[in-house]
Amino acid sequence: MTQDLVTVTIDGISIAVAKGTPIIEAAKQAGILVPHYCYHPSLPSPAVCRMCLVEVEKAPKLMPACVTAVAEGQVVHVNSDTAKKAREGVLEFLLINHPLDCPICDQAGECELQDYVFQEGRAGTRYREYAKRYSPVEDFGPDILYVPNRCILCTRCVRFMEDVADTPVLNVSERGDRAFIGISQDQRLDHPWAGNVVDLCPVGSLLSKDFLHKARAWDLDKSASVCPGCTQGCNVSLDTRDDVVVRIRPRPNLEVNRHFICDHGRMNYRWLNRGDRIEAPLVRNGGRHAATDWDTALARLEQLTRGASGKAVILASGRASTESLGLVRRMLDRFDVTAAVYVPLGEEAPLANVPNLALRRERAPNLHGAELLGYTPEWDLAVREAPGAALVVVLDVDLSEADEAALAGARGALVVLGTVFGEGLRNAELVLPVTNMAEENGTYVNRDRRIQRYHQAKSQPGMARPAWWVAGEVLAGSGPSPSAPSTAAEAFALLGERWPVFAGLTYTDLGFTGRILGEAPVGALAPSSGQGAR
Amino acid sequence: MGYPHPSHPKETVLLSKHFGDPEARGYAGWVKRGGYEGLRKALGMTREAIVEEVKASGLRGRGGAGFPTGLKWSFMPKEVVKPHYLVCNADESEPGTFKDREIMRWTPHALIEGCAIAAYAIGAQRCYIYIRGEFTEPWAVMSAAVEEALVNGALGDDVFGSGTRIEMVLHRGAGAYICGEETAMMNSIEGKRGNPRIKPPFPAVAGLFGMPTTINNVETLAAVPHVLTRGAAWYKSLCLGNPKSTGTKLVSVCGHIQRPGNYEVTMGTPIRDILYDMCGGPPPGRTFKAVIPGGSSVPIMTIAEAESALFDYEGVVEKGSMLGSAGMIVMDDSTDMVYQIWRLARFYAHESCAQCTQCREGTAWTTKVLERILAGKGKQEDYQLLLDLSENMTGKTICVLSDSCAAPVVSGIQKFRPEFEAYIAGSREPALAAV
Repeated sequence: MTQDLVTVTIDGISIAVAKGTPIIEAAKQAGILVPHYCYHPSLPSPAVCRMCLVEVEKAPKLMPACVTAVAEGQVVHVNSDTAKKAREGVLEFLLINHPLDCPICDQAGECELQDYVFQEGRAGTRYREYAKRYSPVEDFGPDILYVPNRCILCTRCVRFMEDVADTPVLNVSERGDRAFIGISQDQRLDHPWAGNVVDLCPVGSLLSKDFLHKARAWDLDKSASVCPGCTQGCNVSLDTRDDVVVRIRPRPNLEVNRHFICDHGRMNYRWLNRGDRIEAPLVRNGGRHAATDWDTALARLEQLTRGASGKAVILASGRASTESLGLVRRMLDRFDVTAAVYVPLGEEAPLANVPNLALRRERAPNLHGAELLGYTPEWDLAVREAPGAALVVVLDVDLSEADEAALAGARGALVVLGTVFGEGLRNAELVLPVTNMAEENGTYVNRDRRIQRYHQAKSQPGMARPAWWVAGEVLAGSGPSPSAPSTAAEAFALLGERWPVFAGLTYTDLGFTGRILGEAPVGALAPSSGQGAR
Repeated sequence: MGYPHPSHPKETVLLSKHFGDPEARGYAGWVKRGGYEGLRKALGMTREAIVEEVKASGLRGRGGAGFPTGLKWSFMPKEVVKPHYLVCNADESEPGTFKDREIMRWTPHALIEGCAIAAYAIGAQRCYIYIRGEFTEPWAVMSAAVEEALVNGALGDDVFGSGTRIEMVLHRGAGAYICGEETAMMNSIEGKRGNPRIKPPFPAVAGLFGMPTTINNVETLAAVPHVLTRGAAWYKSLCLGNPKSTGTKLVSVCGHIQRPGNYEVTMGTPIRDILYDMCGGPPPGRTFKAVIPGGSSVPIMTIAEAESALFDYEGVVEKGSMLGSAGMIVMDDSTDMVYQIWRLARFYAHESCAQCTQCREGTAWTTKVLERILAGKGKQEDYQLLLDLSENMTGKTICVLSDSCAAPVVSGIQKFRPEFEAYIAGSREPALAAV
């Protein structure tokens, strides 16, 4: 390994990096951000914005840090007067035709042009006498608008569509200062991964119609999460404003989704904000349900789970956390359990030039976690067993009419742990309000057995609690019990007692980019290096 | 020769000897004039020997940069593992330059022979000649000549029975200035937008279609047969100035001069001889004011600088400019320098490929400032602004287009400041309507 390392000095910081690393990445490792626009770690580097020019000792001129590889003994100055003057020049050029309409621009607050101009641009303009270039907004695709006036021609979008999505519908049209991003004739930017161009755009030139004028960037709270859209397990950020999820954006994880997510995942967040939620535990009393407190509800649940034996059926959502699936399963250990997980199916949509990245057919983020915990995807089989079972537990799953009809004639008790309550479950003995994935901490296991944490992004409605909390309380027995888990991390630790694949793992081990289950002894591994560049 | 004028005694006529002679266009006529001797000789030599011979001749690139040709060829991999390509740059888009056009119009076989020798020397089986889109006549002449060369065995699967395969593809450009830049040319041949590429990788490592590639100018390649037939030592002896500049050079002279045209001179000939003896001096009643010696991209020389310079790579650099493509634009005392510099800047603003920020925005901004000065709305701060913009546009981009826009602006302000001053002070009638 050591022979592949070279030592470079960047702004006085000496650092050893792998041979062939571009200076811009070496600088990041030294804690120095070289301002840049066209460079992106998941795209080929064209070195066109010329923003990352740095001074390299002994080089005849400034070098683009994005395409200049480190060399042994190289001395680089990112913040020398010469380099700063060059960057100031680029910023001045970029601004002469930029409309400076930040007050109405969605990108404001997370705009790289704003950031770098604020950091090191000129205070005033010398381009006073002339009108700025103007072109009207263009409709590029189902969710994408192009605002040419703000465009700095970094070509990230063009390269994403051409080199990553392998669908080259975008191009640079015209020449000189008349240039703009063009879309091929009769084409639409409707690729299943097209939305990434909005994230890649360093300025407010490519916008999501879905997010248009919804929130200012500085009003958003961002929570590290995992996309609940399919079994790929893309790392995302759930962005909320005033406790409402307003967008999903990719969070870099070079091993799972690099810097990208698909449009299905991007748009799949409105269900997290549903208003028709169950907000209190409901106990059936004769023909109707009455709201009650948790103590009463838990006591009833304990009664149902302890007082019976025989066959039990769990019908669970594939979006339930590993913790909830595991503890609900353990709660019924006295029974002969058939546990099933519901997996909606859809079209597979790969991202052409990123290996092992696709919107998967199986639209259940925790299918593989459920399987490790003994759940089967043989849904219909479990539904057929339900009418004869002593106890049926429905864990936050949207049932079809046929499923509901089957449950209507159930012999045993029906317990629903749910977020919303359908008419078809009127005969449920007990209805307990649980949180959705945006309202709790938890983990999902993706198709590569990578277990990844997601973090709570908004508060839960009413009295809703995570399903693992409900099961944990029952497992610990009646009355206040110190052995009941009070956090998701504690609930997770309980899984290892029953399923060795989780044994010894803690939330700390998982970090922000997860870990592949069963790959190496826990503790022997350094923290995951999969974290992306920013 | 100073086609269309008769040859002047101070010229050294080598490449231009048969300009204007229609018979030299045909294969038979060309062979009668000693054509294809160089190629036959080359095919009997090893690749290395040819490269060494060209190195020894001191031949340098005639397209603008003046890089030693033999050295460039030696950068190609010795073993031919992947396909090697030769690209002949016949885009000749540099304003003021029109020499390659005449070579292709009158002596197409000289170019074909030079290409074939070079292709053999670098291990290439295919040569692309990228011809400027506007060159309809050279295109027709070249097409016919390639056809004839193929029929006569000078090209094809078995060149002159040597077993060597050389294929020639004529590629027609679509009129973009930037496609004359070698890496943009490669993109253009590949069917992509003609944007310059970042170097490294250099073309000899990964060029056309990612394969080892050498790119030479028309005039450079046309000179190669002479180096082989008459020897490196003879070619090297063609030198009147700095020994690093050898051979003959075609000069395209245009502008305010009595006899504009293409002249061929030995390297190191005084520019004075070209301007006065060969070209007959300024129009009647006029005096020279300025000379752009190497196509529009190089700094402007005052006539005093030009008259004291020797015409070779080093001689022109010594006087503050560059030999470039030797497209000599001559301006007399009637010339409005500010207007001319604006006209040049406008050309570069029009032709910028839009990749690099400094070039895309800088060329346009520079043009606008000059436009404003010409409209009588200039300010004292404009000097500093123009010089600042030029500095930001120099040495910071992928190719040198933006440097080329800055060069005449900087040299213009340095050398002809009173003319700018006249517009800014309002002592001269505005040349353009207000912007």
